[in-house]
Amino acid sequence: MSSNLTSTGTVEKSMREKLTALLHPISLTIRNESSAHRHHAAMRAQNGGSGETHFSIRVVSDAFKGKSPIQRHRMINTALSEEFMNGLHALTLEAKTGEEAARTSP
Amino acid sequence: MFRPTLRSTTRILRGTTPTSFLNGRLAAYRFLSNEARSKIQTAVDSKPVVLFMKGTLDAPECGFSRAAAQILELQGVPHGKLQTYNVLQDPELRTSIKEFSEWPTIPQIYVNGEFVGGCDILLSMHQSGELETLLEDKGVIPKVEEPATTAPA
Repeated sequence: MSSNLTSTGTVEKSMREKLTALLHPISLTIRNESSAHRHHAAMRAQNGGSGETHFSIRVVSDAFKGKSPIQRHRMINTALSEEFMNGLHALTLEAKTGEEAARTSP
Repeated sequence: MFRPTLRSTTRILRGTTPTSFLNGRLAAYRFLSNEARSKIQTAVDSKPVVLFMKGTLDAPECGFSRAAAQILELQGVPHGKLQTYNVLQDPELRTSIKEFSEWPTIPQIYVNGEFVGGCDILLSMHQSGELETLLEDKGVIPKVEEPATTAPA
């Protein structure tokens, strides 16, 4: 049972900075799910990956107003293009406006 | 179908593309040759629904690709109208489809030649009913006139 994950990795930190600067989010949750994917072929090829390959991001921001889901994802993907070039492999994204988040939360 | 010429064309073009060209978001992508682009366009247009995935429908090799395949199955997309491409079998395709769609991850779904999105978008469209509407409007699945709610109370 070994873990090479630090509590907050450098990729996670830079993603948070970039998304905060771009979206001025009402809330931003980034979860590192990389450890669940270490055995994948793609991760084995990177030596198990950096420990920062798979993330789940939930972001609420009014910067998404009037934008389709695909446009919202593109905003985020573009902001993180450097991370994608450097080993980021998968993002699970949930991108909502403040209004949408208020409507769906219990 | 992608393998024979992609490698040489991308290398030549990469060598001659001015780096100033590749600023901003394009920095993440290599320049895609017209030839490579037209091959992918042919693949995208090959069937009404096209799924670029890791593995196959019967043996997906990634959870996200598995989810995308299952959603299409649940929606009742007929196999005759669905074409899948296994990007793990074709490293050039794996790179070039990301550039073509300007989308950094696999799976990727196209309906009638239009990029729909990846796994998250497909899943949320499935849940909201938008996917069913899209597939009906594009003639992929038959329209249901009146949803028969036969479940007993």
